[in-house]
Amino acid sequence: MYPSAFDYSAPGSLEEALATLAELGDEGRVLAGGQSLIPMMKLRLASPGHLVDINGVSELAHISESNGHLAVGALARHADVASSEAVSRHNHTVASAAPWVSDPLVRNRGTLCGSVAHCDPEGDWNSVMLAVGASVVARSSSGERVIPITDFVVDFFTNSLNPGEMVTEVRIPAYGGPAGGAYLKLERKVGDYATVGVATHLVLDASGNVAEAGLGLTAVYGHNLKVTEAEEMMAGQTPGPELFAEAAAIAARACDPDDNVRGPAEYKRAVVAEYTRRGFAQALTLARGEG
Amino acid sequence: MQITVNINGASETRDVEPRRLLVDFIRSDAGLTGTHIGCDTSSCGACTVLLDGRPVKSCTVLAVQADGSEVKTVEGLAEGGELHPVQAAFKQHHGLQCGFCTPGMMLVGSALLEDNPDPTDEEVRWAISGNICRCTGYMNIVTAIQAAGGEGS
Repeated sequence: MYPSAFDYSAPGSLEEALATLAELGDEGRVLAGGQSLIPMMKLRLASPGHLVDINGVSELAHISESNGHLAVGALARHADVASSEAVSRHNHTVASAAPWVSDPLVRNRGTLCGSVAHCDPEGDWNSVMLAVGASVVARSSSGERVIPITDFVVDFFTNSLNPGEMVTEVRIPAYGGPAGGAYLKLERKVGDYATVGVATHLVLDASGNVAEAGLGLTAVYGHNLKVTEAEEMMAGQTPGPELFAEAAAIAARACDPDDNVRGPAEYKRAVVAEYTRRGFAQALTLARGEG
Repeated sequence: MQITVNINGASETRDVEPRRLLVDFIRSDAGLTGTHIGCDTSSCGACTVLLDGRPVKSCTVLAVQADGSEVKTVEGLAEGGELHPVQAAFKQHHGLQCGFCTPGMMLVGSALLEDNPDPTDEEVRWAISGNICRCTGYMNIVTAIQAAGGEGS
């Protein structure tokens, strides 16, 4: 299988990449890890006119803690995220999701930012980002925007970038108290898309009640789904099995899975509920320092 | 566009279309057919090569992206007429049957042993989890990689 013909640039700096993207407008497409884009081009599901390969822009390979957040640059591979001590110190949900993204070889090449920008409803990262309240830094030759992830994920394979803009960084906020989180993924085999994925995020206040809850679902809706109703219901409440069961029931109602080769909708709803309960239970254990 | 890729220590310079896949650059341009094409959709790992030391699926990398990089294929494992310890162990422990997945398995195994010379069963299985074998049931592949680590250390 071969992609249709395209033009190719490999800028050596961010400035040069942004200038090229500005010139190309709609025709330009950023190539980072290429682990989703190249297969889609080979299947002729995508036919960009011009690829701007940012693999030479080494300033984007960073994973760093600064100004109250963890920054993951556009060239940080999934494998870099999975092995990063900064990530494991900073956020349990992100750390627990990284080893579950695709397979080890794809993780050596694919990038977190690329996966976020791709907005595949079966991709893992956007559920995590929706749960933890991440934001996306978009740059163009005319400036920078910091976009909350809820505004970035628009729909099925659709983000809110403008022509000429690229994702340079994803920012994950620091915990504001004792916190925990998990990403639980059911997959048929390594490297398959999720049958169901559930990202949970829990921050406690000084009295041990829920200060902040986050819940994101993979592969059970037209896009990665933030279950706002459950998050709001949990705020201020006492964490525990009863509260988590209530959140699980809301999540199971909120999702809208398809019957497909990975299982019937009813089964997936049951997994959503169970993983929501288990994920929050794990998050609470971590938040209480019992993990 | 013109690219130069160092494959197993030898420079290959060619004019390629940007859409040329690395696996075809290796097989058809450089003539190294030990790298196999299996699924062609980055699922099976038959096309695994080491790109600057890291295992990747060469059906999902553009040849132009490897410009200036070092690629190691299965042909580059043996040195000076001596089998690489992983190759010797695959032979010794019968780590293959049809051989189609074997180049990828051995390259992943060799990269794992560079970082971790004495991997557990689970660590080996985790490392090869992106490579599919339809013959062996993996038992002897895992044994061979562990044995190669033992010999190397």
